[in-house]
Amino acid sequence: MTTTTPTPAPAATAKISVQEVSKTFPLRGEDFVALDRVSLDIADNEFVTVVGPSGCGKSTLMNVLAGLEEPTSGRALVDGKDVAGPGPDRGVIFQQYALFPWLTVRKNVEFGLKVAGLPAAERRERAEHFIRLVGLDQFADALPKMLSGGMKQRCAIARAYAVDPSILLMDEPFGALDALTRVTLQEQLLETWSREKRTVMFITHDVDEAVFLANRVVVMAARPGRIYDVVDVGLPYPRTEEVRLSPEFARLRNRVWHSVYHQTPALNAQEG
Amino acid sequence: MTASTPRLARNGPPPGAPAAAAAGPRSGRDTGAAGQPGPGRPTRRRPPARTLLLVLNACSIVAGVAIWWILSLNGFQFPTPPEVVEKAVQLGRDGLLRQDVLASLGRVLTGFLLGSAAAIPVGFLMGWYTVARGLFEPWIQFFRTIPPLALLPLVLVLMGIGELPKVFVIFLAAFLACVISTYQGVVSVDRTLINAARVLGAKDGTIFVRVVVPASTPFILVGMRVGLGSAWATLVAAELLAAQVGLGYRMQQAQLYYDLATIFVGIILIGVLGLVMDRLLLLAESRLTGWQERR
Repeated sequence: MTTTTPTPAPAATAKISVQEVSKTFPLRGEDFVALDRVSLDIADNEFVTVVGPSGCGKSTLMNVLAGLEEPTSGRALVDGKDVAGPGPDRGVIFQQYALFPWLTVRKNVEFGLKVAGLPAAERRERAEHFIRLVGLDQFADALPKMLSGGMKQRCAIARAYAVDPSILLMDEPFGALDALTRVTLQEQLLETWSREKRTVMFITHDVDEAVFLANRVVVMAARPGRIYDVVDVGLPYPRTEEVRLSPEFARLRNRVWHSVYHQTPALNAQEG
Repeated sequence: MTASTPRLARNGPPPGAPAAAAAGPRSGRDTGAAGQPGPGRPTRRRPPARTLLLVLNACSIVAGVAIWWILSLNGFQFPTPPEVVEKAVQLGRDGLLRQDVLASLGRVLTGFLLGSAAAIPVGFLMGWYTVARGLFEPWIQFFRTIPPLALLPLVLVLMGIGELPKVFVIFLAAFLACVISTYQGVVSVDRTLINAARVLGAKDGTIFVRVVVPASTPFILVGMRVGLGSAWATLVAAELLAAQVGLGYRMQQAQLYYDLATIFVGIILIGVLGLVMDRLLLLAESRLTGWQERR
């Protein structure tokens, strides 16, 4: 099945280019292969979702791109340059929100701007803009402990947007939320994305979510972590409820579902 | 686990497990929300419940004093409450009380402040740099198992009988309690928060100041509270053994003359002063760490 993996394209054309990236961790004396020669190109302003069973290395792939982990072999390129540590050009949104609990919503959103050395007035103005964008203006001076899970994640999204990254890496951002909040946030995310274009890599374990959001769904498989299938989603944006209930959506959803839940094991994984 | 570890230190080092508190696991993500190491904190309730609690507190105190009074009138060798109050007034008029309180407070605050001031940077160094941890840890773990008072004979021989030895043992008591807690705070800072700061462009220095320090503040304050309790306990004992002035000394003198009223005055003052200092720290704690999520 690895034949469906797109062959590495020339790095210059892709916003993100993952080339033959492998990552192994020592686990109980053995090497656990989190990623096995994964290659993937993501175009500028593309919204790519990554789905797969747990242990398929989707979070590891994201961490490599974020610069939080180094690949054991292979290269990860952003704008044609090797990823060397984290940077404000790549915003990351974590599943556990990762808001600074001692800072108010406003201060959280301003954090990256402060680090970048922006003057106070400009910081405030930018933060204000993004807080309004995610609809938290009423809670700008509230501490994270006052917020619901969905509001926390919206705050985290505003914080990531505020530093103006060209890439957003989202690691199961809505995983901990209830289904209703999740749908709302999905729609809001697309709305925000259509206004403030970014290249997005969005990790999820929810097939519906993957299809609803993406230009392209990347399905990964575990043991070893690898790309199993890539599904192009031709559905138009904005993605409305109609789109969600359309037969075409159902067809794509079935396709991705099949890829995720009926994976043939890697018989010749070592040989490739 | 993060909540209970600093509390352990209050009851002295658990024998046989000297490394337990400091070598705790680097618990990752759950510490962020669960980082609520404030032990023994009264739960915040709605105002009516609070008033009720206060009324109950007052009733309990009155009942306690009443029992004391009844006992002292029925053959127990206690001074009665009025006798103790009278004694306190008399000692106050003589200026002895003021002198003793100031001497004791001076010692405990000097030792406590120096101890905490030394413990915080050392705890941070231990949490942040493996080298510092490797160098400091054996000594801290070793001295943690020794009650500071046990060092007093040695300290008295080496430092003479002035203020220095007493302040030193108090310093040690406060330092040991606080350093472990600070270290614990630093190593249990949520990795995700550090990563979040890194991806927002923060470098090590910024992460330390803006993430590690605030995230470990609750632990530091718990350490300081434990340290203060420990310092106060050590002080009184040190004064009982070697002092010419101070609450402990006054009680020790009174013991020679079978002066129970003075002993009572001393005990009550020590309790009240300790309580007041603890409440002040608690107030600082609730101001500084009110952002914590409580479960």
